[in-house]
Amino acid sequence: MTQQTTGEAAGHPPYLYPDYKSTRLRAPKEPLVILPRSLPDVTGPAHGRGRIDATDADLTRQHEGEPLGERIILTGRVLDGDGRPVRNGLVEVWQANAAGRYTHQRDQHPAPLDPNFSGAGRCLTDDEGRYRFVTVRPGAYPWKNHDNAWRPAHVHFSVFGSSFRSRLITQMYFPGDPLFEHDPIFQSVRDPGAQRRMISSLDLGTTEPEWALGYRFDIVLEGRDATPFERPHA
Amino acid sequence: MSGETGPEPTPSQTIGPFFHDALLERDLSELVSPDHPGAIRIEGAVCDGAGDPVPDAMVEVWQADAAGSYGSEEFSGFGRSGTDDEGRFSFTTVKPGPVPGPEGIPQAPHANVLIFARGLLRQVVTRLYFPDEEEANAADPVLASIEDAELRETLVARRVGDALRFDVRLQGEGQTAFFEFE
Repeated sequence: MTQQTTGEAAGHPPYLYPDYKSTRLRAPKEPLVILPRSLPDVTGPAHGRGRIDATDADLTRQHEGEPLGERIILTGRVLDGDGRPVRNGLVEVWQANAAGRYTHQRDQHPAPLDPNFSGAGRCLTDDEGRYRFVTVRPGAYPWKNHDNAWRPAHVHFSVFGSSFRSRLITQMYFPGDPLFEHDPIFQSVRDPGAQRRMISSLDLGTTEPEWALGYRFDIVLEGRDATPFERPHA
Repeated sequence: MSGETGPEPTPSQTIGPFFHDALLERDLSELVSPDHPGAIRIEGAVCDGAGDPVPDAMVEVWQADAAGSYGSEEFSGFGRSGTDDEGRFSFTTVKPGPVPGPEGIPQAPHANVLIFARGLLRQVVTRLYFPDEEEANAADPVLASIEDAELRETLVARRVGDALRFDVRLQGEGQTAFFEFE
């Protein structure tokens, strides 16, 4: 695939990025088939997640005690390609604990689990497209991609917009992390401007004095707000 | 993006290997219950360029209801399945009706399928078409846009016993056709 895809032109990483070894056998190599712009969007809320509780958005209150680590507030807005808020959109997050360990059976690196931290949360955006999570700052952790490989601290985000083409899974990073230049997943996004769009910013307005630092991370999805198309049996 | 206004999109990053508790803690693979009238079962496996199973993928389907409507009150049309050690996923759903396409040309019944996995820096997007819709498939504008017959065939599920079989090959011989938006 020599030609840049429209996704890459918009700042998304290529499928094949050999420094991230797992892409070598999983990246498609046939040219992508272009779906014409005139194709109606698949619309609909369509995530069927059922009820969402308040504790789903507060990862520090899902157990008896409080997790160890630096308490933080993560907030921002989910916007469509026109900059309009995505309302009532599902945002799901997952992350390592403060020691850099996931509560997952395949994470066996010798850092402690925290009995008071599961590291999974979800919420719906409000009328301004805003989401808000309370959590602890995740630690960096080693992985086996190459010798002495470490992931910069990050929170995984899964986001739904108004249509199927706006579906996004990404990772949010923290400002100034010295591991960025050594991380092939971060570096798979080549454009420095696009890299900056994955980094949260410290926000004193979100910070709650004497309690938690606030970080702001706005998410922009592909595609415009869906205009309902004619339905065949309407 | 030239000539367009609006903010630049947030880049995609891989789902990684550790998403299960956050994204699959509830079973969303049944879009309808197995005893729903007209329920069908879709089964498949995801494999990589070496032909090995991908045991840590997440597969999402987005489809219209039997009448060809998206996102109705009764039928969300959204499903999610993980993959097991053999790379297998499955869904219980209904066959979607035909949906409108560009310039009034209807599209053949199909389900949109997204695959996320460690090693995929962005999801791959494909479509599942139905083997008993030869006429509609032949007239489908998206299928017709794929000149390579072998590549086109990767999008049509096969009937195996009571289920529809839809395998996803990420890379190599017989790679599934994947899409992107213009």
